[in-house]
Parts: sequence; structure tokens; C-alpha cells
Amino acid sequence: MDGKFPAKEAEKANVDLPLGGVPVAIKDIINVMGQPCTCGSKILRGYRSTYDATVIQKLRAAGAIPFGKTNLDELAMGSSTENSAMKLTRNPWDLSRVPGGSSGGSAAAVAANAAFGALGSDTGGSIRQPAALSGVVGFKPTYGRVSRFGLVAFASSLDQIGPLTKTVRDAALIMNAIAGHDAQDSTSLNEPVPDYAATLGTDLRGVRLGLPREYMIEGIDPQLKAAISAAVKQLNSLGAEIIDVSLPHTDYAVAVYYILATAEASANLARFDGVRYGYRAENPRDMLDLYGRTREEGFGQEVKRRIILGTYVLSSGYYDAYYLSAQKVRELIRQDFVNAFEKVDALISPTSPVPAFKLGERTADPLQMYLADIFTIAANLAGICGISMPCGFAEMDGQRLPIGLQLLGKPLDEARILQIAHAYEQSTDWHKARPPVDETAKKT
Amino acid sequence: MAANLDFDVGYVARLARINLSEGEAKAFQKQLSDVLKYVEKLRQADVSHVEAAAHALPIFNVFREDKSQEWFTAEQALSNAPRKTNGLFIVPKVVE
Repeated sequence: MDGKFPAKEAEKANVDLPLGGVPVAIKDIINVMGQPCTCGSKILRGYRSTYDATVIQKLRAAGAIPFGKTNLDELAMGSSTENSAMKLTRNPWDLSRVPGGSSGGSAAAVAANAAFGALGSDTGGSIRQPAALSGVVGFKPTYGRVSRFGLVAFASSLDQIGPLTKTVRDAALIMNAIAGHDAQDSTSLNEPVPDYAATLGTDLRGVRLGLPREYMIEGIDPQLKAAISAAVKQLNSLGAEIIDVSLPHTDYAVAVYYILATAEASANLARFDGVRYGYRAENPRDMLDLYGRTREEGFGQEVKRRIILGTYVLSSGYYDAYYLSAQKVRELIRQDFVNAFEKVDALISPTSPVPAFKLGERTADPLQMYLADIFTIAANLAGICGISMPCGFAEMDGQRLPIGLQLLGKPLDEARILQIAHAYEQSTDWHKARPPVDETAKKT
Repeated sequence: MAANLDFDVGYVARLARINLSEGEAKAFQKQLSDVLKYVEKLRQADVSHVEAAAHALPIFNVFREDKSQEWFTAEQALSNAPRKTNGLFIVPKVVE
């Protein structure tokens, strides 16, 4: 990208504004006027945005400078950023490992200190999981809290934009800028936006935190388990009461997600047809040949797989069996959270069952990759808010790999989740740790 | 839930307007059959008294005033078109 352009903008920055002159990296699936928006896909190579997404307008209004587009899994489909058709993104803590995904570029940029903060999008964990694997804070707002206008749609009933930052306070500051109603997004909530930064700093006395027993599954890395237990003790010592809760339909979440998300994607991605924008196959014989080859040549494997799965579950004869039944189980999952939040203010879990895995380690088996989203997916299905924050390190092959702690909160209870996260963060030093790449940069 | 033994990746890919290479078709047939087998577990959930949720919010119809507003010019709308002429998108011949 053109380095002069943001420098010029920085000179004009009004530092009296809340984010005056602050550069914010943008996941390359959010439209920034005049800039490319590849979505990590060959099908949008060469595309230039003709408008600003609402979140970009709002960042600009708060004084921030949208600066740089960050890599992602193609069309936000993936958990490792390896599905990008553009570049390979590595984990700043260990360059042989993935940064997580799909907002892996945003997470890596913030972890490596290349940006103050970044925007990502979270459909099944795509902000929280890369934040966990890259050792930064990732915040997924309540569905409808932040406008999706100008975010290229993956699964419209699940997608939500949110910040990735080095600290909880920075996440609160970006939330102050981007939250709020937008008439351009019909699922945007018309509810007042509190000052998320102003309410930080309260202690945790009287706060009730729930440990979902279904999240204590086998297959969680033992070092990760130990870090989460230590974090729970720490939260308890800060005054929070820890309560066991149950989310009985947890085991269905991944299945529900991969039916609903692919169904919605198959409809949303029908727009990529080689006619109005993006890649177009050469010398088509007729319309069907144009569509078939444009989409064959333009989309990567994971996107094709998901469009085909989504088309199947919506097809005649299978709609009731798959799509409708998944929608019903989605409601059961949502009810699980409603019931749990009658007893507690927030839920605690690991963000991911494992720390960052090696590049190439999981690409062969899509189902195994999907199962890695087990702790993050339910929040999108239920439309609630959540955060991932650093809570320790695992040692693997002589490298320190960040571990993420997830807090989930009631719909529109962002302020409380940020308060709890802030109290924990300020009582530990995890957020101050820097990856080796950042320290190298400082020395030279 | 229906058994997925009749999942035919070639047929569904045609519905989705995606051509597949032989290798892709073979790999996807296997991988997606695995995924469909995995999602069979939804059959165990009791949904007899549950209404389907399209999304998690209690929002239904959202209306606005039917007023014209400033939007893209034809030039902007066409600015990313792979083929265009005289303010129009170009597509292969549809009628003889």
C-alpha cells in the first residue's frame, strides 16, 4: 500500500479526537474507499472499494487513520489464515506456526507492534481465536452492536466486526468509535452506546463468573488447562465468585454452525459471478460456462467446499432435515446461554483448545480444523458478546506460545465484559509480553 | 434427518455453478461426506417444541421511508466490472 497517503493523513490528524492520528489496520474484507478489498481471494484481485464501510466512516470521525489491509483466510473461511490466496501470514511468537484465523493478519500485525490496533470480523471465532493464538486482545461485540455495512458478507446472521488490540482499554476505545446504530444495516441494534473506556477500573466484588462444565473437554492441551485454572483463581482472588454452570447443547454447536454458516455463505457468495466485479474466466461459451469457470478458477478449495455444503443443505428435499433442524438447535443453544446468564454475569473458558499449531499441520482434514472452533462458535450462534485476552504461555519446541482466556457476556453487556477483562489484565503482566519479532525490531 | 448416502458432489456443484476438477470432486465427495456424517448428531436433539431461529435477535421487519437518496453513479457501479461498454455490463450472449 502507498505509505505516503497515511503519513499525509497523520499530519492533518486532529489529536483532540478520541483516536486522533491513531493508525488502525483493517482486515481486508472491510471496504475502505479507493483501496483494494481482496478478501484474501483471487476472485477479488484488482477490486477497489467504491465506498467506506460504516466502521471506517466511524473510525475516521473519531480521528483514527485506517491504515493497511491485513491478510485473512479467503472470505473469512478458516482458522489459520492459510486459506489466503494472497500471502502467508506467520505467528509473531513462532514463525513456523499459524497466527490463527480468519483475522490472522490483524492479530499478527497487532502482536508484532505493526499497528496500534486492528479491525477483524468474527463469524465463528475469527477475532477471538487469532487473538488467542497471537497473544493479543480480541473483542467480538453482540450481534447488531456494530454495523456490518461494508463488511463483505460471509454468514450474515453470525458476522460481527470488532477490534484486536494490545490492551483491553484500547479495545474499549475502538468500540467507542465503531459501536452504534446504522440505518444501512437492518440487523443493527438501535440501543444507546455507553462509554466503554470510562467504566473500566471497577473491581470484581459481587461479579459472578460461570465455568461451563461442557467446556472441560478432553483434548485441551494440559499447559493450556493449567493456565486457565490459574486465571480462574486470579479472578476469584480479585473478588469474583466462581460458579459451575451447564450449557447442555454445547456438543451440537459445531454441527449447527457448519450447516447455517455454509448455507448463508452459499447464498451470499452467489454474487461472485464474473459480471459486476472481480475475476472473470476467459472466453466464456455462454453464461453457465462463465459462472462455472469463474467460480472454479476464482475461489480456493475451502470456499468451494463450503459453498457446495451450503447449497446441499438448502437444496430441495434436504432443507428441513439440515437447515431447519439446525436453526431449531441454534435456538436451544441460545436458550442455554439465557439460562446460564440468569446465574452468572459472564462465562469463562479457553478461547481455543490448543495454542498456535504448525503451518500445514491441519490443512488436510477440514473437519478437524472445524472442531478447533468449539469454544468460540456458540457465542455467534447465540449472538452474545465475548473477548479473548492473554492469560499465559505454553512451551512448545523451545518457543513460548500465547494462551487465550475467553469471557462471554450477555447481549449488549459489552461494558461489563470489558470491565472484568480489564481488571484481570491489570492484575497480571501477560499483556506486557512482546513476541521475539518485536524485540528484534527494537534492537536494530 | 436424511441419510447422506445420496450426496453427489457433482450434482450439487452444478447447482452452485462451480465447475470442479476430477481431483477436487473426489476429495470434496469424501471430505463433505465426513462432515455430513458428523452433523447427523443433530438428530439426537429434541427440537419438537422449538421454533427455528433465523438469527439471535428479536428484530423482524425493519422499514424505512421510501425516499430516493444519493448513491453510486453508473460510473462508480461499473468501475470494477471486468467487461463493460457504454455504461453497461457485458455478458455472453444469452438469446439467439
